[in-house]
Amino acid sequence: MRRERLDVVANEPVGAYTLLRVRRGGIDTGVPGQFFMLEAPGRLLPRPMSLCLAPPGELAFLIDPVGPGTRALCTLDRGEALQVLGPLGNGFHLDVARPLLVGGGIGIAPLPYLSEQLRHPPAVLGFRSERHAEAASLVPNAQVCVEPTLVTELIPPGFDVLACGPEPLLEAVRAMAGGAQLAWEAPMACGYGACYGCAVEIDGALKRLCVEGPVLCAA
Amino acid sequence: MLLNASGCLDALVAPDVARSLDAFVTKTVTPLPRDGNAPVRIAETDVGMLNSIGLANPGIDRFLNGSLPRLEQLGVPLWVSVGGFETDDYAELCSRLDDYPSIGTLELNVSCPNVEAPAESAAQIVAAARLATRKPLWAKLSPAVPDVGEVAKAAQAAGADGLSLVNTIRGLKLDARTLRPVLGPGQGGLSGPALKPIALAAVATCYRATRMPIVGMGGIRTGDDALEFVAAGARHVAIGTTLFSDPDAPARIRVELHAAAERRGWNTYEDAYAAAHEESLSLRTT
Repeated sequence: MRRERLDVVANEPVGAYTLLRVRRGGIDTGVPGQFFMLEAPGRLLPRPMSLCLAPPGELAFLIDPVGPGTRALCTLDRGEALQVLGPLGNGFHLDVARPLLVGGGIGIAPLPYLSEQLRHPPAVLGFRSERHAEAASLVPNAQVCVEPTLVTELIPPGFDVLACGPEPLLEAVRAMAGGAQLAWEAPMACGYGACYGCAVEIDGALKRLCVEGPVLCAA
Repeated sequence: MLLNASGCLDALVAPDVARSLDAFVTKTVTPLPRDGNAPVRIAETDVGMLNSIGLANPGIDRFLNGSLPRLEQLGVPLWVSVGGFETDDYAELCSRLDDYPSIGTLELNVSCPNVEAPAESAAQIVAAARLATRKPLWAKLSPAVPDVGEVAKAAQAAGADGLSLVNTIRGLKLDARTLRPVLGPGQGGLSGPALKPIALAAVATCYRATRMPIVGMGGIRTGDDALEFVAAGARHVAIGTTLFSDPDAPARIRVELHAAAERRGWNTYEDAYAAAHEESLSLRTT
């Protein structure tokens, strides 16, 4: 893990979300599904974000402006800079025979980079509105649905599922696809095992998601 | 000396951060393993953060057999924070830790705001721990008492060698939409910048009451913050919440602290010790 102050290249709207592009500096892009702690201007704590894309010399993060920290990140401009720490946690295992990417809402954030690394496998994506669904353009080879249709209805059998999305989606995927790799989310203060804030129940015990995850294999 | 606040760093996950400190303080160890509290465990507030971790730790057996041998490899002086639910817990923990030469100091966490059972009085715990170990004993106190100076004096009389000031204080955050508590357990411990003036007051009060060595902590983000704690009467300072946003903070704050002292014409930050008390009338509490 490395912490560096990175310059903002651009902040581009993608449907209801924003793609924050920063200069890469000396920070490694890591494995898809790993995450970075992004300084949120004016806020005490950084925000965890998985890498969305790794354009040459850049890191790009897809951000949903849902709170004061993420809204501050979405309003950063070219010429401004922010501290970035990472890559952190454990990403997806890429040695899978028949990958299928499954994403829900802002949970599609790590999928563009994952898709690139896996050479564009099929993907199924679900969103709550047409405007949010515009972000599907970041993921090649994707089948898209909008509520009330649920993305789990689009998952064909016989694939190695790699999924990221809200907890109900991941729980549903876990129930239908044994061995699926699931990227979970939890509030985090530090991202590197210091705060014990991101504890989730794993195999009956509370464990730190930032150290054990965020990608976990479904039992 | 620059330390971490207990529970704000895992030296085994981030050894380089631990090595940037003068001593590493463990997360509080209890007699039995504890999973800690149900999520959600942390929440940001406008001027601080709340946590309700609930003393998650492997328990003393796994700490001694699993964690301690690995912590010893770091080459950083070790402080072990101990906690419990009754006086005997502390005595038992101190007695067992007394056998390990690698442990330099024991910090008695008599002030965790996130466990249901109230700890017995700080002085009673210090007295029992004193009988159980020869190691230096530092009592970590809560500022949420009518007179922290009186608690400090009682801890001193019971045999404490130093004070760690302060632990977090109880706070509540409600979800703006649902008006329900954000944290799973409801309330949590408030830390960060909001705590700094409270912590400074506790340090100044306990310095005047006891002249004991103090580790000051609470909202330290910069070298200037740290120098204020030294001036209030802290021999040492610890970094807590700031470590979450900046693992490089110890190295940075160390440089800033020396620079802040030099700017004021001191050779070392230690020259600023208790400087705030030179005109102590202005510090008298009302």
